[in-house]
Amino acid sequence: MDSDNDFNSSQASGDDFLDDQDSDLGLEDDSDFDMDQDDVGFESQDKDMGPRKQAYEVDYKVFDPQQIQASQDNQIDEVSSILGQPPEATAILLRHLRWNKERLIDRYMDNQEEVLENAGLGETAATNPPKIAKVAGFVCDICCEDDANLETFAMKCGHRFCVDCYRQYLYTKIKEEGEAARIRCPGDGCNRIVDSKSLDLLVADELRSRYHELLTRTYVDDKDNLRWCPAPNCVYAVECGVKNKDLMQIVPTVHCECSHDFCFGCSLSDHQPAPCALVKMWLKKCEDDSETANWISANTKECPKCNSTIEKNGGCNHMTCRKCRHEFCWMCMGVWSEHGTSWYNCNRFEEKSGSEARDAQAKSRLSLERYLHYYNRYANHEQSAKLDKDIYLKTEKKMQQLQNTTGMSWIEVQYLDTASQALQQCRQTLKWTYAFAYYLARNNLTEIFEDNQKDLEMAVENLSEMFEKPVDQLQGLKVDMMDKTSYCTKRRVILLNDTAENLKQGNWEFNVKFS
Amino acid sequence: MFASKRLSKELTKLQDKLPPGIALVKADDFREWLMDIQVMDENPIYQGQTYRLKFTFSQSYPIEAPEVVFVRDESHPIPMHPHIYSNGIICLDLLDRQGWSPVHNVESVCVSLQSMLTSNTKNERPPGDDSFVRHNTQRPRDINFVFHDNAV
Repeated sequence: MDSDNDFNSSQASGDDFLDDQDSDLGLEDDSDFDMDQDDVGFESQDKDMGPRKQAYEVDYKVFDPQQIQASQDNQIDEVSSILGQPPEATAILLRHLRWNKERLIDRYMDNQEEVLENAGLGETAATNPPKIAKVAGFVCDICCEDDANLETFAMKCGHRFCVDCYRQYLYTKIKEEGEAARIRCPGDGCNRIVDSKSLDLLVADELRSRYHELLTRTYVDDKDNLRWCPAPNCVYAVECGVKNKDLMQIVPTVHCECSHDFCFGCSLSDHQPAPCALVKMWLKKCEDDSETANWISANTKECPKCNSTIEKNGGCNHMTCRKCRHEFCWMCMGVWSEHGTSWYNCNRFEEKSGSEARDAQAKSRLSLERYLHYYNRYANHEQSAKLDKDIYLKTEKKMQQLQNTTGMSWIEVQYLDTASQALQQCRQTLKWTYAFAYYLARNNLTEIFEDNQKDLEMAVENLSEMFEKPVDQLQGLKVDMMDKTSYCTKRRVILLNDTAENLKQGNWEFNVKFS
Repeated sequence: MFASKRLSKELTKLQDKLPPGIALVKADDFREWLMDIQVMDENPIYQGQTYRLKFTFSQSYPIEAPEVVFVRDESHPIPMHPHIYSNGIICLDLLDRQGWSPVHNVESVCVSLQSMLTSNTKNERPPGDDSFVRHNTQRPRDINFVFHDNAV
């Protein structure tokens, strides 16, 4: 773990250099880096995985809280000895520059005073440690108390407040706003950061532990190559070298110790094969009312003159817009006066003014239908995945029953568990293939993709069906079920490899631009 | 407790003396106060108008910023300003978590708003005012304003 960490941090400056030079080069460098890591990674990490890394997989490492703390302490010690600053001050400096060690050292060497001042350290705090004092004639600017026995506190900046107010201030910042590394002096416009020594002096133990917890969190938050596992109550963080600029080429799915699969790029749960930008766009589309607008345009018409939205709920075709009094024909959208004497009976199919309006409507109908096609399938797999979770719970019961009724051993019924997990994973993938397909342009690659999608879908449905069978039949289906499970998994790998490889090479053509 | 002690002191001071153009309208409790402000110089946008401000205090005032909005009635319009929405919501860093300091008080907020109006020369609303006013359901403190424009 340690050696790896060092490797990455020493890598950082080199990467920056590459970034500046050429972004394409940077990507290639990343994939090389993946390869090199391969042999080392497998020994220590995942013995269950096959010998070869799949195209859709990325290298990553899971850290537990002790390891996070340790690597943080290591960096602080290292920089502390270089700068000749005490560890507390070094920690503040590092947090101030978002844990960019090289930049800190560079800047510190250039202009020590300025760096210290900006980080809120000013002159050395060592000569004059913070202390609580009573000051004659003092009025607290926060609570307006002027009692002579009032205990007061000020940092180097000299903004003095009573201890109660200071405490209350820190309590609010830490407990309610979840701040830690960048709590500023309560004084107006003062940028001095409350350092941990001052904090220790002022707050109670219970708050102090929360403060240090938050400080540790900022370490992971600030580092680009670290990310918290988003699962509820999970304490692990994941390290991964994939950078933001690469997210249109890679979908970096990682697997946390807590068994949660998530995307390192955006922290959402596993959304392979769709890249983050596509996922974001899709989720937004499903969430906002853009499709409501689409429904409106598919089921209503606009007044050809003032564009007010009109829904016809009965009556004849002679429309008079309530807003602008424009008269037109509902059928052909043409001006009513052009209809001559053929009142209430539109037979003028090829009227030009009308055909344009009809085109626009047909277009939005088609676009709505297209969206619904993909959305229904997406939503169906999401729903099925939820149902599969119920099945998973029932599976455990079935496994128990199997053990009791047939005398099979625990290990012999594990295939049910494996099957159920494979099913979940495949449905998750299938779900996102529909969002992915929605944005794909029509070409040969897309056809291959759809074939892969169809194969996986059929495999999944076949396996899913077997779970419905009564317990007494399950025993006889064991071999069949294991076959189908491994087939499902294989189809998923094929689909993901195909999409990942084409994504890496930029072969996919999308029908929209991703920002 | 914390808030009421401080607010009662502020109130005593406000009742005693106020800067020109600022008036205390209503302060019956320690939750909500009304203040009136006027722009004192010749700025044609705000001539002869009085604007009404509503302050809402939380329990942890002044550690937490008060919620401050302009309110409209027959005699009090919402001032035109590129940082003030037509529903009275004000985009000012001073009133946001990041810009607030517990050293500020009702009077200093009024003075800041007064000078924000005085120095303004644009007789306009913020961009996107229409849709913001129509769709916004959040309270001012929960909105993430981006303070990009320090000139006005």
